[in-house]
Amino acid sequence: MGRHRAQRLGFALLALLSVVVVVPILFVVGSIVVRGAGAISWEFLTAMPREGMREGGILPAIVGTIALTFGTAVAAIPVSIGGAIYLAEYARDTPLTRLIRLAIINLAGIPSVVYGLFGLGLFVLFLGFGSSILAGALTLAIMTLPVMISAAEEALRAVPAEFRTVNASLGGTRWQGIRHIVLPQALPGIITGVLLGLLRAAGETAPILFTVAAFYLPRLPRSLYDETMALPYHLYVISTQVPGMPLQVQYGTALVLLILVLSLNLSATVIRSYFRRKRPW
Amino acid sequence: MVNEPKIRIEHVSYAYGSQPALKDVTLDIPARAITVLFGPAGGGKTTLLRLINRLNDLVEGTQMTGRIFLDGQDIYAPGVDVIALRRRVGMVFALPLPLPGTVRENVCYGPRLAGIRDRARLDEILERSLTQAALWDEVKDRLDEPASALSGGQQQRLCIARSLALEPEVLLLDEPTSGLDPISTAKVEMTLFALRSSYTIVIVPHSIQQSARIADYAAFLLMGELVEAGPGRELFTNPRDRRTEDYVTGRFG
Repeated sequence: MGRHRAQRLGFALLALLSVVVVVPILFVVGSIVVRGAGAISWEFLTAMPREGMREGGILPAIVGTIALTFGTAVAAIPVSIGGAIYLAEYARDTPLTRLIRLAIINLAGIPSVVYGLFGLGLFVLFLGFGSSILAGALTLAIMTLPVMISAAEEALRAVPAEFRTVNASLGGTRWQGIRHIVLPQALPGIITGVLLGLLRAAGETAPILFTVAAFYLPRLPRSLYDETMALPYHLYVISTQVPGMPLQVQYGTALVLLILVLSLNLSATVIRSYFRRKRPW
Repeated sequence: MVNEPKIRIEHVSYAYGSQPALKDVTLDIPARAITVLFGPAGGGKTTLLRLINRLNDLVEGTQMTGRIFLDGQDIYAPGVDVIALRRRVGMVFALPLPLPGTVRENVCYGPRLAGIRDRARLDEILERSLTQAALWDEVKDRLDEPASALSGGQQQRLCIARSLALEPEVLLLDEPTSGLDPISTAKVEMTLFALRSSYTIVIVPHSIQQSARIADYAAFLLMGELVEAGPGRELFTNPRDRRTEDYVTGRFG
C-alpha cells in the first residue's frame, strides 16, 4: 500500500470517527425536537403547572433554572478567576499550592450527588439557609469551581511568558501586566471554562435535589431564601414520579432545557469571537 | 574614549540553583557609548544583561553576590524602586516581541503605565520614539494597525521604540538582530549608532562580526568569567588574553 493510499485511508477513518461522534448528538437533539415541539406553546412557557403537572406550563421551573444558573455565575466566576490568577501568576511552587491543585483536580471528580449532600449539610442545615435558591446556587457554584479554575488557569498559562517579561521591562507591575496583557489574551479561554461550568450547573439534578428543588410549587420564587422548581429536577419528577404523564410534555420540558443550555452556549461563542476579534490590551 | 562609568559591576557572581552563570565579574560600563558583551553561548552574557535592570528578579531559585551600581547607586540595595529602575534601564529582547495591539498601543504602553494620559503628550512620545528607532517613516500611516502585521525587522525596531518611549538612560539589547535578515540588521545597527551619543547602550551581539562593527567598548565573557574588557578596537585587533585572541580569530566558538 502506497503512502498516499495509507494517508487517504487514514483521513477516511478519521472522518468516519467524527461522524460517529456527531450522529448520536444529532439523533438525541432531533428526537427531542420532533417529539417535544408539539408541547411548546405560549401557555407551556408562561403558565403555572396544573392538575398535578399534567396540564398547564412550566414557568416556575424555567425561572428557577435561570435564577440558579445566574446565582451560580455570580458566586463562582469571581472566585474561580481570582483563584486561577493567584495559581497561575502569583503562587510559587510550594507544598501548599501543590495541595491546592491536587484538591481542585480531585474536586472535579466528585460525583454531583456528593455535592448535593455537602450543600445540604453546610448551606441548608449548618448555615441555616434552608432549602433555598441561595443554598442551591452556592452548592452548584462549588461543584463548578474546579472546572472553571482549571480552565482559567490553563488559559492564563497559555499566554506566552515573554509578555510578562516585556511588561516588567517596560516598568509594569505584575498586576498591570495581568490586567492589560495577560487577562485580555486569556479571556476567550476563561469564558469557555466559565460557560462549561455554567452549562453543567444548569443541567444538574443531584446537587439541587436536597438544597433547593421543589417537587411541586406552582408559583414563582419570591426571594433568595425561597425554594423553587427547576427544569432538570422537574424533568426527573415528571418522567418517573407522576403516573399518566403525557409523553409530549416530558419531551417538551427536555426541549426547553436543551434550548436554554444551547442558547447559553451560543451566547458564549458569540462573546468569545467578539473578544478574539477585538483583542483589547 | 572611555567615558565616566554609567554602570559599575562589582564582583558579581550568579547561579541558577547549583548552576553557576557568572563568576566574580567586575566591569565598568561607560556612559553614552556602545558596550558589547560577547563570547560563546552559555558564557553569562544574557544573565549579566538581565541583572542590570533586575529582570532576573522574575526567575526563582537564583543566588547572587556582588553589587551593581547605576550612577553610583546600588540597584540591589534594599528599598530600591525596581519599577523606577526598569524605566531608567530599557530592554530589547532577542526575538521581536510586540505586545498584542496596535503600533501605537505598543509604543505608548510604558508611558501609559507610568501614568501619562494626555493624548497630545502620548502622540508626541509616539512620534519621537519611532523617529529615534528609524521607523517613523515606515509606519506613520499604520499606527493603528496591529503590530504583528509589521515585518520582523520593523517589529524589532518597534520594540526599540517601545523602550525609548520611557526615555531611559540605559538601553540593554539581547541579540536584537538574531532573528533578522542582513538588511534589517543593518537598519537596527544604524539606529544604535544614532542613539549612541545620548544613551548608554549595552548589547549582546549575535555574531563576532557584529561585535567588531558596533563596539566602542567590549567585554569578553567565557563560561561565566570576564576574560578581558577594553575599547573595542583594541580587543578585536590586539587582544591581551590568549583566549580572547582564539575566540576573535575564530579558533573556537
